[in-house]
Amino acid sequence: MNNILTITKRELRGYFSSPVAFVFIVIFLLLSGFFTFMVAGLFQRGEASLQAFFTWHPWLYLFLVPAVGMRMWSEERRLGTIELLLTMPITPWQAIVGKFLASWAVVALALVLTFPVVLTVNYLGSPDNGVILGGYIGSLFMAGAYLAVTAMTSAMTRNQVVSFIVAVVLSLFLILAGFPPVTNMLVSWANPWLVDGIASFSVMTHFESIQKGVLDSRDILYFLSVIGFCLFTTSIIIRTHRAG
Amino acid sequence: MIQVRDLKKNFGPKVAVNGVTFTVERGEVLGFLGPNGAGKSTTMRMVTGFIPPTEGSITVGGHDMVENPIPAKRLIGYLPENAPSYADMTVAGFLDFCAEMRGLTGDGRKRAVGRVVEMCFLEGVLHQSVETLSKGYRHRTCFAQSIIHDPDVLILDEPTDGLDPNQKHEVRTLIRRMGEKKAIIFSTHILEEVDAVCSRAIIIDRGSIVASGTPRDLKMRSEQAGAVTLRLVDGNGSEIAAKVRQVAGVDRVSIVSERPLAVRAFPRANAGSDDLARALGELAFKERWPLQGLQVEEGRLDEVFRRITLSDTKKEASQP
Ligand SMILES: Nc1ncnc2c1ncn2[C@@H]1O[C@H](COP(=O)(O)OP(=O)(O)O)[C@@H](O)[C@H]1O
Ligand SMILES: [Mg+2]
Repeated sequence: MNNILTITKRELRGYFSSPVAFVFIVIFLLLSGFFTFMVAGLFQRGEASLQAFFTWHPWLYLFLVPAVGMRMWSEERRLGTIELLLTMPITPWQAIVGKFLASWAVVALALVLTFPVVLTVNYLGSPDNGVILGGYIGSLFMAGAYLAVTAMTSAMTRNQVVSFIVAVVLSLFLILAGFPPVTNMLVSWANPWLVDGIASFSVMTHFESIQKGVLDSRDILYFLSVIGFCLFTTSIIIRTHRAG
Repeated sequence: MIQVRDLKKNFGPKVAVNGVTFTVERGEVLGFLGPNGAGKSTTMRMVTGFIPPTEGSITVGGHDMVENPIPAKRLIGYLPENAPSYADMTVAGFLDFCAEMRGLTGDGRKRAVGRVVEMCFLEGVLHQSVETLSKGYRHRTCFAQSIIHDPDVLILDEPTDGLDPNQKHEVRTLIRRMGEKKAIIFSTHILEEVDAVCSRAIIIDRGSIVASGTPRDLKMRSEQAGAVTLRLVDGNGSEIAAKVRQVAGVDRVSIVSERPLAVRAFPRANAGSDDLARALGELAFKERWPLQGLQVEEGRLDEVFRRITLSDTKKEASQP
């Protein structure tokens, strides 16, 4: 546990000593503000909820989260520090979790900094703050799933750009499998239960209900299993890479 | 402290290490010699637990590196090839992180960092970020990391690579001093380093150990080991060589250089070098040669190294 925290601390320092974290947070805040107020028209909707805010998160994360996570392992491989890290008296799993938690904390910080939106809707009306909290939790878990995908892709290569692109493609797949325009199209030529089956692997399907205010443990479980699966795959990739 | 048995490593079809066996005890400094691509780094990576061996066993301080890596790794300090470190950290931050990973806390950690900063002369760059350092400093920073927990076992992959002559000297002195209390393995392709630092050396070529022993033993395998060289201010080379050839116990004679004159006499297999040296001294005295020096050759490591590893390269080159 101590080892995990030590690694998390180091990674966080890494994020904040380079522009990565700041750039991510600023762009995330700007874009989410822009989409929420300008595109979705939070004010014009006249409803006291943050649906206009959360709707965009799967798409915002698609590019921003891989940008945060792309360096996680690829930089370690490029610098050769992976050789230092994995010859320390720790398990690879501790390193994987420690790094993942640090990048997750960066995203969490960005989410926390969107609090003015919450204040705004509370000032304008009386929203169900429980639903809003649920939305935040769901959003955080969704970001975690994207990050775990990125951890996996960054373990595959020493090139951050490659790791970013592959992460975006995989995450896009996670979105599109449950994106209504796509599923509607699929239904016309595939079994509905097959389409449902595929859609159940999508972050959209699970985020949808959360942002409507239904914080179902199954949805959280879904995100947790994506995270678990991807981090497990990360450990396999790292091991295979070392074994040569 | 370190026991390595029948270590093998294949990368796909490529055999990088092929049956390496050795042990290193506390108080020993073992040098790994070998041409580039011989498998030195791969062997060290297996010993430190970075890559798993294809076959064979490694124990460090009695702990099996494959079965029980954490206690084994705790005993080891490791300087990987090219001395990697986190570019975005300061030297102080990096050393602090490494100390923390080694389980050092509070005052103990501060003292450990202070100690290695002093040993590796890093005071001046403590708050500089690693990526702005010169290569020598970066190297020393990573070296400092490897000794921060005062490990019983130290594994150093080309510890003097990229350092200037003064720094090389400092690092060698440091290794020799630490070698009194630790078990140390270090790799190099600088032969003088073996002489200066090692208590024992292994020559590795194409994944296998081709020679091992103390630097003295290895040098004895040199062609000129035991030969006696006679140096004269001047004189007729061939005349003197002919006279030397008459001395009892001389197998053959060669003229190393004409001016100043150096004649080398190789003893017969059963004759001692010391007797030969005495006989040559007496001869020089009797003949009133202007003697400048008389020396029993120790043998040269570079010659041994070249002969052992070159013959293999040739063999490989001549294979279809
Ligand atoms: N990860 C790897 N994948 C494939 N081949 C490798 C790998 N690491 C080393 N090798 C090969 O193994 C051989 C030994 O390399 P190395 O141990 O680095 O040699 P040395 O350190 O003695 O110069 C080389 O031929 C090298 O190309
Ligand atoms: Mg090497």
